[in-house]
Parts: sequence; structure tokens; C-alpha cells
Amino acid sequence: MTELLAAARATLVRHGGAGHGLRFGLLLVVVLVVAAVVLIQRQRRKDRTTMEVASPTAASGDGGPTVAVVGLGEPIPSGHYHFKDLLRSEWTKLRTVRSTAWTLLITVVLGLGISAVATAETRSHWASTPAFQHVGFDPTATSLIGIFVAQFAVGALGVLAMSSEYSTGTIRATFSAAPSRLRVLAAKLLVFGVLAVVFAEAVSFASFFLGQALLTSPATHATLSSPGALRAVVGAGLFVAALGLLAMGLATMMRFTAAALSAFVGILLIAPLIVQALPTSLSQDIRRFLPDRIGATILTTTGSNPFAFSPWVGLGVLALYVVGVNVVGAVLLVRRDA
Amino acid sequence: MIEARGLTKHYGAKVAVDGLSFDVRPGVVTGFLGPNGSGKSTTMRMIMGLDAPTRGTVTVNGRRVGDLRWPLREVGALLEARAFHPGRTARAHLTMLAQTNRLPTRRVDDLLELVGLSAVADQRAGKFSLGMGQRLGIAAALLGDPGALLFDEPVNGLDPDGIRWVRHLLRGLAAEGRTIFVSSHLMSEMSLTADEVVIIGRGRLIEQVAIGDLLARSAHQFVRVRSPQAGALSDALEREGAAIVLEDDGSLSVRGLDATAVGEVAATLGATLHELSPQSASLEEAFMELTDSSVDYRGATTSPTPTEAP
Repeated sequence: MTELLAAARATLVRHGGAGHGLRFGLLLVVVLVVAAVVLIQRQRRKDRTTMEVASPTAASGDGGPTVAVVGLGEPIPSGHYHFKDLLRSEWTKLRTVRSTAWTLLITVVLGLGISAVATAETRSHWASTPAFQHVGFDPTATSLIGIFVAQFAVGALGVLAMSSEYSTGTIRATFSAAPSRLRVLAAKLLVFGVLAVVFAEAVSFASFFLGQALLTSPATHATLSSPGALRAVVGAGLFVAALGLLAMGLATMMRFTAAALSAFVGILLIAPLIVQALPTSLSQDIRRFLPDRIGATILTTTGSNPFAFSPWVGLGVLALYVVGVNVVGAVLLVRRDA
Repeated sequence: MIEARGLTKHYGAKVAVDGLSFDVRPGVVTGFLGPNGSGKSTTMRMIMGLDAPTRGTVTVNGRRVGDLRWPLREVGALLEARAFHPGRTARAHLTMLAQTNRLPTRRVDDLLELVGLSAVADQRAGKFSLGMGQRLGIAAALLGDPGALLFDEPVNGLDPDGIRWVRHLLRGLAAEGRTIFVSSHLMSEMSLTADEVVIIGRGRLIEQVAIGDLLARSAHQFVRVRSPQAGALSDALEREGAAIVLEDDGSLSVRGLDATAVGEVAATLGATLHELSPQSASLEEAFMELTDSSVDYRGATTSPTPTEAP
């Protein structure tokens, strides 16, 4: 993250923009995130102002007729509850809370908005920057900065999809209905994972095309057939989706929204700072393992960083993190009392 | 049928439930009574497989809940008030539960109708009052039309109409032959709803008894007697089958004989009576007495103060 922003800043500075666009973009992120949190909190509070609908009345007096329960009218089917029943349930859960729509909306706004700002900014300063600085310009990466920032929204959704079950007590209802916790977890990961991949890919492609459209001549722009461009676009979507699954794994481990979100943000933003403080010889070797450098490498199509994994290897390393965190989460989920 | 055998739960050094064994039979309402913090909720969570017992087993229809093929269709539970996402509608909450056990969508509508939430089915459940939340929980428990049902303090937060409705519901469910296990810390509530009670204190079984027996035993079967010849009178009464307790103030508490019979025995013996009075401890007092003694017993052997189980 910091890595990429630094790269973006360098690009913009190179093009004489003094980073106005970048500052604007960052401001936009902060404002949007704060606004979203405030809105959600206010809505929560509003939701708590209670309404009252009277209970059905039983016949007065305690000797009256009993309340009749309508039977299900079907025998218990053969077999047992199936994984696909859990998938259906998890999908219902995900689409019936507002945080899903909110975080996805923020993903779109950030993804497209920041890409638009970054590419338009570059274009507007193109003529005033010396030609030699145009050489290293990476139109693909510049157009994908937005989706890279949007990783936080997708991560928040991954955390909430799991942690809200604990904060609300829904988890007890869930496990009462489906006691196989591993299957519930698998269903949740699969449903969220598919949504995250599809969505992140869509936003990634959209920001790429939007960005390239804004990089009008004489600025150089990329197409999907440019070297590394397709890989960067597809990779960016996968990278963000993987971070979402990592976030969900953290939430499974920690159960509390605040703890899991902090851990997620800490891994992306704080860990690089800590590593940077280490002696250079050490820090460069360690940084290649951090998700932010992995992500930056995936987006970059010009040049290569000697202290980074190649894009697909990096994605593989990230996938290992996702698996590791979720395995730990699964073990804790099974062992702990719900 | 719910069967608990030697059910034990430790939270670190604290023993929340201690060797609990009981049966909950179908066709009657079985109350689960104990003071707050006595381990009722922990026991309920263990029945549902949410908390793992440290020792012992508990089964519903002969199986652990975790092994049931269609859990919602066999056992339903209302474990805590407001166990739903405040941003999700009542309908969505029930729908996502129904889907796990492949229950038809119309079932959700049926239950919303039953608990009187049809009008607000598409409102976010966070807006619901405590009573409405409780009814949504009851609807969730009944979704799969299960043969066994657990209710943890179901009347908490309900208005008098709601409380009466729950009573009727519980009795109706039992009359249909279902196994009903309902916890409360209020003896008075249980005396109106339950046929049988499992009484616990400090995580231990005090006794499992039919409510009628408990009433008969505690309500008017106790006669206070004062006599200068307490010793001789006591012996004579015991020969007649009475159970005698010598109280601290020197009076005798006589159980098993009524005041008339005690008077006859005293007359035969020629004993002087200074007091002969039937005492009627209320059910509530009987319950307090039972659970207090368990607290005393536990207090004498273990030092930690009682705390509410997490």
C-alpha cells in the first residue's frame, strides 16, 4: 500500500503534478471511510429505537385453549442437511445486511474514483513533464491504484461477514441449525470468496478501461494486450479478493470486529513501516513477504523489483497466508465454545 | 427426549455445571429452575452442542445435537434474547435459518404469522422491542417443527399478554407430544407452566420432581409445634411416621402429619402444647430453601464466590 502510493507519488511528481491528485485521492478515501462508519453507526442507533407490535393474544385466563402451532406438514426427509443448503443460507446472510451493499459501493467508488483522479492528473501534466520521465510511466498500474485502495473495503466486508455473527449472537442460531462448524465456515468462505473475486475483477477491469480512456494522447496508455497488462488487471482482482478471505480468516480467529479489522489494517499499513525501520539488508528480504509489496508487484508492468516475488509467485505466497490464517481460524472455531 | 448424564462444564478453575443428570420427557413441560448463575444457560448451550462439556454427555432423541441429520427439524432452541443481526429483517433472519435445513419458504410466513410479526416481517429486527425479539427467537426455534424444544428464560421482557401467550404456547407444544425444556429463575412462573421441574443450584442437581409433589410437600405439610416435652413428643410423632426437624428456637417442624393428627398424638401422650400451627411455605420459599442450602453446601467446601457463567 505505502509502497504503491510512493510509486504513484513518484510518477505524479515526475509529471509535475506535485501529488495534488494523490492527496485528493487519499482525502477521498479518508472521507469516504469516515462517512461510511458514521452512517452505519447512526443507522444502528436508529435501528435500536424500538417499535412495538403487540403479541398475539391467547384466550384470557390460564385455563383457556392453548396456542396451536401449525405443523410443517411434511415428514423429515431422508439424507441430511447438505453443503448446498449452507451455501444458500450464507448467500442469504450476505445479501440481507446493509454492510455488504455499503462496502461494495465503497469498493466501486474508490476503485473507479481514485483511478480516474490518478490517470486524469497524469494526463493533465503530461505536456509539462520532460520526455525522459515518460519512459518509466506505467499506465496499467496508475489505472489500478483505485482497486488497490479498495482492498480495505473488501477486507472490511470479509471481517464483518464473520465477526457480526459473533457480535449479534447469530452464530448460536447458525450452529444450532447447522452444527457442522467446518461446513458452515467452508460455505461462508466460498460464498464470500466468489462474491469478492467476481466483484473485485469487475471493478479492476472497469478501472483499467476507465483509466486508459482518460489517458488520452499524447499520454501513453495501455490495452489488455500490452505486456503484463492483462496479468496486472486479473491479478489485482485476485489480490483484493484474497485479502478479503485473509480478513475473514482473521475474523474467524479473533471473533471481534475491531480486533480483526485492526489486525487486517495493521498487516497492510503498519507492518511495512515496522519492517522499513529494520536495517536495509534485512528489511528488503522481509518486505518481499508483505502483502503490500506482493500487491505492488502484481500491478506493476514496467521494470521489476529485485526485492519482490514475481507476480504469480507473490499471489501464491498470499494464497498460503490465506490458507494458513483460515486453518488456524477453523481449528479455533471447532475447539472453542460458540 | 433429552437425556443428560454426568454433564460437567469447567471454565478454567470455575465449575459451572457439576455432574448433572436428568431426563426431559416428551408430552410434558419440564421446567429448569435455578438462581441466576446456577448453570442453566451453560447446560442449555451444552445440550445444543454450542459449548463442549468437560465431561459427561447429553443427547436429544438419543443423539448428540451435532450428529442430528436435520437439526432444526428435530430440536429448536431459544437461547438468548435478540440473537439476530439488527440490520437483517425478521423474514431474512428466519429465511437464512430455514435454508440450512431445506425448509420451505412458506414455513417462514407461517411462523411470522404465529408469533404475530407478519406486519413487521420486512422491518429490520434491530428496531424490535425486547418482546418482539423474543418472539422472533421463538419463531426461529419452531421453524423446523421440531419434536424437542429448549427455551432459556422465554418470558423475560414480555408484557403480561406475551407471558400468557408463551405459557399457552408451551402447554400446547407439550400437548402435541413434544419435549419441552424451559428455564426460569422464577418458581412462580414455573408453577403455572411446568408439569415437572429440574432444580439446580451452583451447577448441581438438587432434584427432579413433579410440580404437584413439590407443591404437596412444601405448601401445607408442615406443622410447627412447641412443647415443654419436645423430646417425648418428637419420638411419639416419629412413631406415627412424621419427619421432625428441631429448629434453633426449640420448636419442632413436623412434616408428614397434619395439625389434627399432631394434636391427637400430643393428647394421647398427655403432652402440653404451647403452639400448634400449620405453616404454609410458598412454592417460591420452598425453591429458595432448596437452592439456598445448595449454596451453603457449596460455600462450605469451595471458596470462590458465585458468578454468572459467561
